[in-house]
Amino acid sequence: MGEVKLMKGNEALAEAAIRAGVDAYFGYPITPQSEVIEYLSREATKRTGMLVLQAESEVAAINMIYGAAGCGKKAMTTSSSPGISLMQEGLSYIASAELPCLLANINRGGPGLGTIQPAQGDYFQATKGGGHGDYRLLVLAPYNVQEMADFVKLGFELAFKYRNPVMILADGALGQMMEKVELPPQEPRVNVEYPWATTGKPKNGERRVITSLHIQPEKMEEINIRLQQKYQKMKEEEVRYQTKNLEDAEYIFTAFGLVSRIAMKAMDLGRQKGYKIGWIRPITLFPFPEKIFQEVAPRVKGILDIEMNSGQMVEDVKLSVCGKTRVEYYGRMGGVVPTPEEILENFERMFIKGE
Amino acid sequence: MAEENVDVLVENIVTPENLVYRKPTTLLDVDMHYCPGCGHSTVHKIFMEVVEEMGIQNDIIGVAPVGCAVFAYNYMDVDMQQAAHGRACAVATGIKRMLPDKYVFTYQGDGDLAAIGGNETLHAANRGENFLVIFINNAVYGMTSGQMAPTTLEGMVTTTSPYGRDPKVMGYPLKFGELIAPLPGVAYVTRQAVNNVQNVRRTKKALQRALEYQKMGLGFCLVEIVSNCPSNWKMTPLESNKYVQEVLIPYYPLGDIKVPEVKK
Amino acid sequence: MAKVVGEVVIDIERCKACELCVQACPEQTLALGKQLNHKGYQYVVKINDNCTGCANCAIICPDAVITVYRKVYKTKQQVPA
Repeated sequence: MGEVKLMKGNEALAEAAIRAGVDAYFGYPITPQSEVIEYLSREATKRTGMLVLQAESEVAAINMIYGAAGCGKKAMTTSSSPGISLMQEGLSYIASAELPCLLANINRGGPGLGTIQPAQGDYFQATKGGGHGDYRLLVLAPYNVQEMADFVKLGFELAFKYRNPVMILADGALGQMMEKVELPPQEPRVNVEYPWATTGKPKNGERRVITSLHIQPEKMEEINIRLQQKYQKMKEEEVRYQTKNLEDAEYIFTAFGLVSRIAMKAMDLGRQKGYKIGWIRPITLFPFPEKIFQEVAPRVKGILDIEMNSGQMVEDVKLSVCGKTRVEYYGRMGGVVPTPEEILENFERMFIKGE
Repeated sequence: MAEENVDVLVENIVTPENLVYRKPTTLLDVDMHYCPGCGHSTVHKIFMEVVEEMGIQNDIIGVAPVGCAVFAYNYMDVDMQQAAHGRACAVATGIKRMLPDKYVFTYQGDGDLAAIGGNETLHAANRGENFLVIFINNAVYGMTSGQMAPTTLEGMVTTTSPYGRDPKVMGYPLKFGELIAPLPGVAYVTRQAVNNVQNVRRTKKALQRALEYQKMGLGFCLVEIVSNCPSNWKMTPLESNKYVQEVLIPYYPLGDIKVPEVKK
Repeated sequence: MAKVVGEVVIDIERCKACELCVQACPEQTLALGKQLNHKGYQYVVKINDNCTGCANCAIICPDAVITVYRKVYKTKQQVPA
């Protein structure tokens, strides 16, 4: 049993970064996640020598990550929706240059300046490649403070395994709320020499070049094919999800992150009223857990997808289900958090009363 | 003294011990894509001469953002990263902070450094990031074929100032070196040129000094090099170097703008 | 009196005929040739033997296509007859 603390999601994530032996954090203040850089500024450098640098903008921060990652270092950032939008160009470059890094989007209400309340409106941006060109981020969606901590180490392992950016997609509530968290052990910062990293041309070897520029289209296509193979491998090996009550389920509630806990409560309320409801929580949003939906679809009357956005993950659910059962969406936008009661009410309206 | 009509049988002096000048080994043995007479290739050559002479080929990392010199990594035989347009100073910050005892440099054009990358360059300077910025100022966007740059002179014709740059509409030519020189984090700012032999020699010295200041950890060093763009200026190489001398340099005077006092 | 003899070797396939060396040479030793290299440039050629090996041409050459040699003959006798 590791050290257990009561912590805010943002601070648990920051503490986990220190313990994961992260080398550098480049960030910029934005509500609702400024606690990450504040916490790291207090703790990180003195404990592990980890660099904590507040950049002049999120655009600069993500490009600092590109540089540090290009040296084979564990580099990360966290931001929130508008800031993550500013990082999209950088992420496209990082993905194309095949560099490992971690970032967290503490999603807030949008679009535009929006609000600072929790939301999930950045799902498409996160999972469909938010910047230019064909690339994806591996996206992990925590649903409690424990996972806000756990997904840092996991995120870096996956980032270096695939040499691709990994995103933790959380939200303002997960960032701000306090929960018990069991903290991972402290790992030392290690200096690994990667053959691709630009640490100075080896005396007896070729210079290393990190680039995403390939003027010859055939060469650029080669890079694209390699990226797609990487994403295919992610689909085969990295899908993560959680389920409940699928055995006798006639209906499924599906949701990610914070909303999945609200949906779980709505499921319990429904079960008390005799509705046989199951629950699926995608943990990796990319690669999306298609198979479990394909598996349950033929034996249920319908799936209700609940999100804090206008209905984005529901499209992936529909793609997985391929019409084998009815898929409906219910959600709130702009930072409003749905209640278990209203979820159940709308489930009854759509599925039970057949409206 | 009377002209000696000495019938000189020319001894073949093309032998190693008579070698006076050769291409630096740190410059890859490939054709550079730059237009005939372009200052970019001259700067690549003299910078790689410095890297060779200082013996730091294995201890230096470069950053080449978008611009004519985005392909610098095809020519400079050192570890390099290609950066998004304008982000070189941020990428270099990431590298230098992770590898503080390696030399780091960026190689940026005027559009990259002073337009889209103005903020990144300004803040890297203000943080006193201990790396070298090589800034090629040829008053035009070269790679994209001749648009107006922040350093385009008043009245200068480009494809996006076809009737000459009008400051009332398009602002004034930007002197970035002077802009950042007062910042405490900035150690060395100098403006050089490569339009004639003497200037090439001086530029090479300036680049070497900048790397030595970096070795001493003195902070941000900017070597601005006023250069030509024969193709986009629609001039021959010789005419373009004349234009540099007679038109650009008067507005962008050469010389040191800020030099750190270094105790000898 | 010392006599200095210089020699330049030009990588004619790499020369872009930019003429900067022609102007930079104090002895007017270089000029654009009549022949074209494989890229269609009239590569530079030596047109006299006055080269002193000062390397101005090589220093100004953007593409480092010129290699320069120089030998100093101390006294007249050493100049081979």
